[in-house]
Amino acid sequence: MAFDLNQWYFQKISGDIIYKYSGTVSSEKITESLNEVENSLRTSKVKFQKRKKVYNVLVECIQNLHHHADTPPLSAEVDIVPKFGIFVIAKDHSFYRISTGNFLKTERLIGIEDRLKMINSLSDEDLVVVYRDILNNEESTSKSTGLGLLDMIRKTGNKLEYYIYVHDDKYSFLSLDVYIS
Amino acid sequence: METIIREGSAKTPYVSLDGEKGLIEIKGRSIPENSVEFYKPLIDWLERYSSNPLENTNVNIQLEYFNTSSSKCILDMLKKLELLFKKGNKIQVNWYYEEDDEDMFEAGEDYQSIITIPFTMIEMEE
Repeated sequence: MAFDLNQWYFQKISGDIIYKYSGTVSSEKITESLNEVENSLRTSKVKFQKRKKVYNVLVECIQNLHHHADTPPLSAEVDIVPKFGIFVIAKDHSFYRISTGNFLKTERLIGIEDRLKMINSLSDEDLVVVYRDILNNEESTSKSTGLGLLDMIRKTGNKLEYYIYVHDDKYSFLSLDVYIS
Repeated sequence: METIIREGSAKTPYVSLDGEKGLIEIKGRSIPENSVEFYKPLIDWLERYSSNPLENTNVNIQLEYFNTSSSKCILDMLKKLELLFKKGNKIQVNWYYEEDDEDMFEAGEDYQSIITIPFTMIEMEE
């Protein structure tokens, strides 16, 4: 069955929604979103430590979209704009959930999927070792340090829940859920 | 040696690089999309400072939030200071973190494990 973005989105907006967005993930939009989410968390009297975790993980999630999301294909039923991404911050029972979704050219997915599998397989101790190794040894670019996904797991203590949907023969849709307990 | 002061913004920290006092301060939040662009002038300043440093250099880092791209740039700054330390200059890095902020504490531990310069973790009460 073909991937249904509306159905995916409907699932993601379950729970108590703190913020949701679909469109170009520009620098200005990131600033605006972070500001709104921070204010919302502050007024809901979330504990300082959890508020910081949600904010920190959100920064990595949406800056990940900003750096890596492709323009959707013309066949996608969304705005055909650069850096197109969807992100939702929700409270699911005792968890905060940050869900992101973006279109990617399928040719780019192989490396990303391998990386997600590898990162999710690491123990807590190995996660720290790999993180420090990349921090110390790998060259960063203006787009990526290679640390964002590792950082999300370190901060939350939870594995990343991801799914890759085939959109057509050239594009896929990457869905990522990060839970903060 | 010139002093560089950058006021903090929604995504970038307050920065003071004072060559007359040998005092480097970074405070606030550091979450720009392009951290390399923000930190390059600061790293260039450190390069110039290293050619004629004071005997004592103190570094205070007190960040509320920072993203992973900033973490690399901060390490690049610390590595410049490490070179100075290895040449015999006195360097002291103070890493401030808020009470109960385990993530910022762990970030300090990451740097401590990589950099071989005097590095003190200082807990601040909320």
